[in-house]
Amino acid sequence: MLEFVLIAVVKSIVVLLGLLLMVAYLTLLERRLVAHIQVRVGPTRVGPWGLLQPIADGIKLFLKEDTIPSQADRLLFFLAPGVSLAAAFATFAVIPFGNEIQLLGHRIPLQIADVNIGLLYVFAISSLGVYGLILGAWASNSKYPILGGLRSAAQMLSYELCLVFSVIGVLMISRSVSLADVVAGQSRLWFVVLQPVGFLVFLIASFAEVNRLPFDLPEAENELVGGFHTEYGSMKFAMFFLGEYGNMITASAIITTLYLGGWHGPFLPPVVWFLIKVIAFLSFFIWVRGTLPRFRYDQLMKFGWKVLLPVSLANIIVTGLVLAFVD
Amino acid sequence: MGIVLAILRGLWLTISHVFKRPVTVFYPERKRDVNPRFRGLLALSLDEEGFEKCVGCGLCARICPSCAIVVDAAETSEDEPYSRAERYAKNYVIDIGRCIFCGYCVDACPTEALSMTPRYEMADYERENFLFTKSRLLANGKRMTKQEEMLA
Repeated sequence: MLEFVLIAVVKSIVVLLGLLLMVAYLTLLERRLVAHIQVRVGPTRVGPWGLLQPIADGIKLFLKEDTIPSQADRLLFFLAPGVSLAAAFATFAVIPFGNEIQLLGHRIPLQIADVNIGLLYVFAISSLGVYGLILGAWASNSKYPILGGLRSAAQMLSYELCLVFSVIGVLMISRSVSLADVVAGQSRLWFVVLQPVGFLVFLIASFAEVNRLPFDLPEAENELVGGFHTEYGSMKFAMFFLGEYGNMITASAIITTLYLGGWHGPFLPPVVWFLIKVIAFLSFFIWVRGTLPRFRYDQLMKFGWKVLLPVSLANIIVTGLVLAFVD
Repeated sequence: MGIVLAILRGLWLTISHVFKRPVTVFYPERKRDVNPRFRGLLALSLDEEGFEKCVGCGLCARICPSCAIVVDAAETSEDEPYSRAERYAKNYVIDIGRCIFCGYCVDACPTEALSMTPRYEMADYERENFLFTKSRLLANGKRMTKQEEMLA
């Protein structure tokens, strides 16, 4: 029993530290990549190739003055960034990032917890993330945050639907909601081949889910002055930031798990394959950010409800029909 | 369909930029050449025989839109032949903190004593150091001629 707990704790700590490190360097990757897209070089001064830049940024954020608006709801104002951060990282608990390994005579599956309702857990927790945004926006008691918060609520609601509907195709093929089973089902053929439409819908909805361009309306620096985190500063802002980038990593990991065969891949160790796929998706997120302008709010809603939702529903029906005839 | 094509074209364009050479100039280590007529830090100069070209007429101070120049003129004498004329600038101060680098003073100068150098790094920690006195402006003039030789 103790052994079981110990292994789980060690795995959690390792994954959490790994995630935090990835988040830190994701900011650097984003700045460098967007810079190169704009024919600049990005941060190169702090350390070789700017490798110490995330650490410098972290120290700077730690040392900043922590202000709270005088009319703010203090309790919620404190809690909101935590909710956002916790939801982003808790999702990772069910994502399998490698095969079983043998370590000191124990068989350790490289997944913190193989929950048999893994996918439901993922959607439940990642939907909680929006509470962080809305509570933070509400608690700030200021106009731009509340506009951003409202937008994020509406956006999450519309796109969560497409997200879940597009995954149903995968579930119908794998016949399991456990993510470990989903990955095991892709040992020969990745689901992206069987579910190209579902993959596209999921990818697009993921952009909305993690508030990235072209769907970053809750933040919208140039119209809402940062949206929900306008009034936040110092470490609380950093926590929102960590949450957002953590969400990006989680979204990439889920796409990898559901559609790109998880840790499956030839020659290299499973964990390496998993990392390669996740980083490729992260780069794609950044690449799209450097390319597309922001959608208008009505366009966003129209696209979500009139295009993505019907397409994902049609995908379910077609998948069901094909499965029925194949069986 | 058109939209999808446009998005793909956009993605292709941005990824092709990644492999271009960045246009960034690593500033403190590398500096871009300025235009030959660049309006940088002001300088006073001497003539071929070492006299100050400035005759202390004060036209530069009169025309300066931001009142950055102060000229106190005095008579030259046998003992103090600073300039070739009857008068010279006893005190000549340009407050570079006020200067807007319009170059009117250079145009106004009847003896071509004032000129603008390609120097543009004038940041300082002390306010007093923004006051460029006659000796500092003359030193700039010497430096300028060296730079001009290099440009030529």
